[in-house]
Amino acid sequence: MQSWTDPPGERWIDEAAGPLVRPYALTGGRARPRGEPLDIVAILIGSGRPVPGHVRLTREQQRLLALCRRPYTVADLASELDLPLGVVVVLVDELLEQGLIEVARPAAPAARPDPRLLRRVIDELRAL
Amino acid sequence: MSFARSDDGPRIALKILVAGGFGVGKTTLVGSVSEIRPLRTEEFLTDASVGVDDTRGVEAKTTTTVAMDFGRITMRDGVVLYLFGTPGQDRFWFMWNELARGALGAVVLADTRRLTASFASIDYFEQRDIPFVVAVNCFEGAHRYSLEEIRDALDVDPQVPVVTCDARDRESAKHVLISLIEHAVQHSVPAPG
Ligand SMILES: Nc1nc2c(ncn2[C@@H]2O[C@H](COP(=O)(O)OP(=O)(O)OP(=O)(O)O)[C@@H](O)[C@H]2O)c(=O)[nH]1
Ligand SMILES: [Mg+2]
Repeated sequence: MQSWTDPPGERWIDEAAGPLVRPYALTGGRARPRGEPLDIVAILIGSGRPVPGHVRLTREQQRLLALCRRPYTVADLASELDLPLGVVVVLVDELLEQGLIEVARPAAPAARPDPRLLRRVIDELRAL
Repeated sequence: MSFARSDDGPRIALKILVAGGFGVGKTTLVGSVSEIRPLRTEEFLTDASVGVDDTRGVEAKTTTTVAMDFGRITMRDGVVLYLFGTPGQDRFWFMWNELARGALGAVVLADTRRLTASFASIDYFEQRDIPFVVAVNCFEGAHRYSLEEIRDALDVDPQVPVVTCDARDRESAKHVLISLIEHAVQHSVPAPG
């Protein structure tokens, strides 16, 4: 099954591919996120921990960390940073591993939202 | 209500998908009801799609960027409704598997001139037990069918709402979303017995 978090494999990292492989340069050539795939609307927040001395963050990760001073969804980060979703998922995954950001709310799969919340959303939509 | 993000950022994010065939009004619907934002992902070209696109001489072309419809409706207390639409062509189906996980529900847009283009989306959400509504877009020059005729043609379960809409009209687009969320509330209540 293909997904935007699928590893592109070695053949993608190819000089001849030119700009098309650039996203993987941003992620250090690694496009396979470890662990559970992140939901596109999972809410992330910076942990506030200092960046350890041995950790080298990419410029994109620094921008991402700065945005995550307040809660941000994966989709909003991709939009704000103007990076493809798959790239943001990889960058976020590394920051999670390093304990620099945390998942504030994972948007639990298949968990049906509270009907009271949905009724409130309906009321707000009506009032829009 | 304002489109501006609250400074505290989202607290609860709800996800709604907008599906349907090529050119059926997905982008229009998302744009008329929400604050639209740029969002893209990559498509890893499969051998099948390489055959469709003319990529002779550029064998190394293995990914391409795909723009998605992405809209956001910010509500009180950090509740944010996110709308996602992806291109209607079959080769973009792979995106739905990630998007559909944990989705509140889906809007399937349909055009009466080519209802069959909506079948794949309807099957997709039925199989995954994701609540959905069918929104029939009224394009000029299209024969007006009754909603009953359309429901029959689409062969959807009786409890699935089938509504008409004009995706360009904000009130109409709002009505579609409200129908969906009302349906999702019903869906979340287990049937008696
Ligand atoms: N009359 C009428 N025209 C519409 C309606 N919705 C969309 N259109 C028009 O139909 C055309 C296609 O609409 P889009 O919103 O781009 O359709 P789409 O589903 O995003 O198309 P793709 O992304 O290419 O699959 C545009 O010219 C719209 O203005 C509608 O409800 N009524
Ligand atoms: Mg479109």
